[in-house]
Amino acid sequence: MRARWKSMNKFLRVLLIAVLTILLVCSLALKALGLETDTAISDGMQDVTINVYNWGEYIANGTDESMDVNAEFTARTGIKVNYTTFDSNESLYSKLAGGGADYDIIIPSDYMISKLIEEDMLMELDFSKIPNYENIDEEFRNPSYDPGNRFSVPYTWGLVGLFYNTDYIDEVTGWSALWDEQYSGKILMFDNPRDSFGIAQAMLGYSLNTTDESELQDAAALLKQQKPLVQAYVMDQIFDKMENGEAWLAPYYSGDAAILVEENDNISFVIPEEGTNYFVDAICIPRASDKADAAHAYINFLCDPEIAGANMDYVGYSTPISAAKEYLEEEVVGNPIYYPDEETLSRTEVFVNLPSQTSMLVDRLWAEVKMGGPGDGIVLIAIILVFILIYVAIIVYKRRKRKRELM
Amino acid sequence: MKIGSKIYTALIFLFLYAPIIVLIVFSFNDTQTGSRSVWGGVTLKWYQKLFEDKMILEALRNTLVIALITAVGSTVLGTVAAIGINSMKRRPKRVMMNITNFPMINPEIVTGVSMMLLFVFAVNLFGGRSLGMVTLIMAHITFCLPYVILSVLPKLRQLDPNMYEAAQDLGCPPVKAFFKVVMPQIMSGIVTGAIMAFTLSIDDFVISYFTSGTTQTLPIYIYSMTRKRISPEINALSTVLFAVIIVLLIIVNVRQRKDKPVDEGAVEVHE
Repeated sequence: MRARWKSMNKFLRVLLIAVLTILLVCSLALKALGLETDTAISDGMQDVTINVYNWGEYIANGTDESMDVNAEFTARTGIKVNYTTFDSNESLYSKLAGGGADYDIIIPSDYMISKLIEEDMLMELDFSKIPNYENIDEEFRNPSYDPGNRFSVPYTWGLVGLFYNTDYIDEVTGWSALWDEQYSGKILMFDNPRDSFGIAQAMLGYSLNTTDESELQDAAALLKQQKPLVQAYVMDQIFDKMENGEAWLAPYYSGDAAILVEENDNISFVIPEEGTNYFVDAICIPRASDKADAAHAYINFLCDPEIAGANMDYVGYSTPISAAKEYLEEEVVGNPIYYPDEETLSRTEVFVNLPSQTSMLVDRLWAEVKMGGPGDGIVLIAIILVFILIYVAIIVYKRRKRKRELM
Repeated sequence: MKIGSKIYTALIFLFLYAPIIVLIVFSFNDTQTGSRSVWGGVTLKWYQKLFEDKMILEALRNTLVIALITAVGSTVLGTVAAIGINSMKRRPKRVMMNITNFPMINPEIVTGVSMMLLFVFAVNLFGGRSLGMVTLIMAHITFCLPYVILSVLPKLRQLDPNMYEAAQDLGCPPVKAFFKVVMPQIMSGIVTGAIMAFTLSIDDFVISYFTSGTTQTLPIYIYSMTRKRISPEINALSTVLFAVIIVLLIIVNVRQRKDKPVDEGAVEVHE
């Protein structure tokens, strides 16, 4: 009896320690969250919380002496922000389309915005509630993904360019370097169909939004031809592989490129001469949102030049608000990676949503490029057959064994 | 021969722990770009950034709250279920066990999607607006339940059923008899189940991904970083969590040895 009690107490003690540790961590977290310092300015919105869905690592969050944009918004308006993040336009889409998540602000990219508009999932914005919209530069209004500019306000933009390692490669001017056999095994490519096809289409001089099947077949053929030279199809690993010299050539988005170029003398970034994709991530309100006023206030806040400047200083992408540039460092504003000249921009094209038939074709061709054609179906069937055979063999063996034991 | 087996053991441990060691080492890496392959000197800045980064801390808080509630909820439900299943007749018991095991064998993605569909339907039915913390906890309790049942059942089977009856014969009311006689003997199974539920809940990505609504847990947050780079803050956070677990384990084991070297090896068994 004694021993049992003792053991019970021991268990309780361990449990207590565990709970205390967790509580400690939680309270630290709570403190850091600033939940205790609620200094909301009253204008009738204190109890409103808006749900914001943005790309990962895509807003200044208070680390590194940056501005904490969401906390600043709460301090100014009293509206609280529940900020969550996604990894791709497609996961954003599946979350919205699946239902069960009521977002008030989303920040998808160009082609996804046109898809959402087509499917009637966005709310028409009331620009009288976004006075700061006048700060948006003229060339970012009326974009091709949002004709008439009724549903979106641009957040950031950039170009797709090419990293190269100057230790091994003298100079790169265009995409053709990615097909150069002397760099075989040192080339990285995007691991998503839209960006990879975009590169091939730019090489061939086709539109990035082509719906012509033979043009897409040509692009796929070009990618298949490149495949033996490619070390890997990756996304975020591009940074590590470029930095440690494992790869010499890789395409990426300009907003993330500058930091790698600044920190490594042997890495350069070029906007290819054949032309490239120009992308915009823009702020929208889903149709289902029931906090439209607060959401409009959030958009207006993000378009404030001072906020946009502080935000982009941390995020690293380019701002569509010229007035924000005075809050950025001069080196950044003068850097052609961030703000390329007119001539470069004239060679770019923005993605719009493809008709579903075309995008299915692109997906199928991409699968063929990566996996090597429809012949793989046979391999799959063979594997399943082998499994079934092994299973049947085991059953037969067991039956026989049992029979023998019975006899 | 003996040397060979020692080398083999060492290799196995190296294989198991090398990733964690690399992760810990690179949490001290001093680079601007957040590289995970080029060494740039020792720094503590990622730890400092970690405790400044509200998004990570909020995701961590959500994860821990969910894991704690899940552990408690699924342990209570699972223990009760195990006691019920244990006293069933042979046939219904078998059927019941198959039904409980099903969610474990079922691919996670199927569980996740079907739960999402159910929750979305229920939320629409009752006029709610969004999935969130509550649906996450419900989903986690559901998939942790079979693990708790499976760790408590063997302990119940070992139990002498006459003990419980003897206690009642001696005038102990049923509930008291359970807490005084049955529970202490199946305690190690319950603890194992609770710890398992806790770790499974912290780990889970796929099911959480579909049932989270507008709530963000740590695994989902880390996954969303993959478009850019996964910040070394995550290395720092993992190191802190790893250190906490190691310290807890050491405390538990030291205390056990001090008290008595018998039984009660629940925590050891699991980790």
